[in-house]
Amino acid sequence: MLALSIQYLLNALQLGSVYALIALGYTMVYGILTLINFAHGDIFMVGSYLALWGALFLLGSQVKLPLALVFIGALLFSMTLTALLGVLIERLAYRPLRQAPRVSAVITALGVGLFLENFTLATIGPQPQHVPPLTPGYSFTFLGVTCSDVQLLIIVLSLMLMVLLDWLVGYTMTGMALRAISYNRTIVPLMGVPVNRMISLTFAIGSAIAGAGGLLYGLAYPVLDPYMGVRIGWWAFIAAVVGGIGNIRGAMLGGYILGAVEIFTPVFLPASTYRDFVAFSLLLILLIFRPTGLLGRPTFERV
Amino acid sequence: MALLEIQELCHNFGGLKAISDFSLTVTAGELVGLIGPNGAGKTTVFNLITGVYHPDGGHLYFAGQDITTWPSYRIMARGMGRTFQNIRLFKDLSALDNVRVGAFAQCSYSLRQTLFRTPGFKRQEAQMTDRAHQLLARFKLSRYALTPARHLPYGEQRRLEIARALISNPKLLLLDEPAAGMNQAEIGVLITLLRELRQEFDLTILLIEHHMGVVMDLCQRVQVLDFGETIFTGSPLEAQHHPAVLEAYLGKDGEPDEI
Repeated sequence: MLALSIQYLLNALQLGSVYALIALGYTMVYGILTLINFAHGDIFMVGSYLALWGALFLLGSQVKLPLALVFIGALLFSMTLTALLGVLIERLAYRPLRQAPRVSAVITALGVGLFLENFTLATIGPQPQHVPPLTPGYSFTFLGVTCSDVQLLIIVLSLMLMVLLDWLVGYTMTGMALRAISYNRTIVPLMGVPVNRMISLTFAIGSAIAGAGGLLYGLAYPVLDPYMGVRIGWWAFIAAVVGGIGNIRGAMLGGYILGAVEIFTPVFLPASTYRDFVAFSLLLILLIFRPTGLLGRPTFERV
Repeated sequence: MALLEIQELCHNFGGLKAISDFSLTVTAGELVGLIGPNGAGKTTVFNLITGVYHPDGGHLYFAGQDITTWPSYRIMARGMGRTFQNIRLFKDLSALDNVRVGAFAQCSYSLRQTLFRTPGFKRQEAQMTDRAHQLLARFKLSRYALTPARHLPYGEQRRLEIARALISNPKLLLLDEPAAGMNQAEIGVLITLLRELRQEFDLTILLIEHHMGVVMDLCQRVQVLDFGETIFTGSPLEAQHHPAVLEAYLGKDGEPDEI
């Protein structure tokens, strides 16, 4: 029983890592622009396809490359191109609407998401694509708990990315400039900070992390389709809100919580189909009792 | 040598002429006052100089370059610092971080250098943090270094804004009503402080102030604005007795008082 619980916890940690990585993108963009980038889930989807192609290209090369190198190559390929995609989306779709009412930007974000889904559908087709294994396939069993190398890779790499991001945002001058923009975007240029460049940077980082998430997700659940970003995107969005949107550590916490919800729902409820019901209920309850999320700072209006 | 040269600046808000034909030359080392009744357009002039608004007509030159169409961040990075009429600190950031934001433009490392924590990155970060601490010490704010700005007393918040403006080593400091909300004793301290800062940091200062005492004490020259137009340029003493200035502040003699 204990072994089983730990097994579930490990699975929750694995899935939660991916949710956390994607939730970070939502929360960073919201933090700096107070915009929910609804296209972010689809950026993740594009990232997983990019990682797949990167991996297939490297696997198909004349020289037999070690798997670790293929993995790193695919990771860098996916992260670089998704970063570019994120910056491009901001430049073309969101920046022209910077001064427009918030709802215009939100609708645009939904539109960009639909565009990415359908563009992928039109160019690649609806048939699921299979991701080849990029790890040797080891697994370790300890006291009845099994941990695969993929699982370990996902958990450790995600954690490394999160620690790096937390450090970047919390402890460097760059991060401080980002936080300053999130507090007051109008006066930051008067400190000599190029706000547009910082916003591009935010999109680049958020998207690159989603790209990494795309590769890791593909390793664990090796079937990709153009609509995979929708459900995962929603779950990551809930994770960001649960943790407190705009809060980096909140997004990480929320990601792990949502991972746990997904894994433990079929344990306590009759079927795994209840998972969306549980996740959205969690969101609603939290919005009623703690609208700022678990780690969000309460905003209060000054009179 | 003219550090800041403003030529026939015009700016409209919709149909309202906020600033018309505003010209001003500030020489390096000068301390110039910009005064005038409420709504005369003084802060608008600051916003035009710092690129918050772009003028509808006229030209701005700063440190030998035409900055008329530059974005704010470029103008400020070129060597300007500014404070605000109503304090605009980052309220949830610590005093130290508020000052460090001002230094961001000085850092020249790339994201790659950041991610790999290269020696260049570490050195610059350490330098800026040291400098921020020095400035806080200079402004007697050291004990608030880690306190969120919103918890600082009012006078300290005003000083913190000046510290933030100074960390980038500006040539020109724009102060928007630095004495607002201060009592007589605090104003005395402020005047001394500004005099010292001008020496220490080799500053040129352009100052908006309502408080005539501050202007009289500090400024070598004043320009008086009323409804966006310059009505007087000269010494502060002359300004006090100039009929057009008196009229702008007190209303025209013999004009019937309306309720």
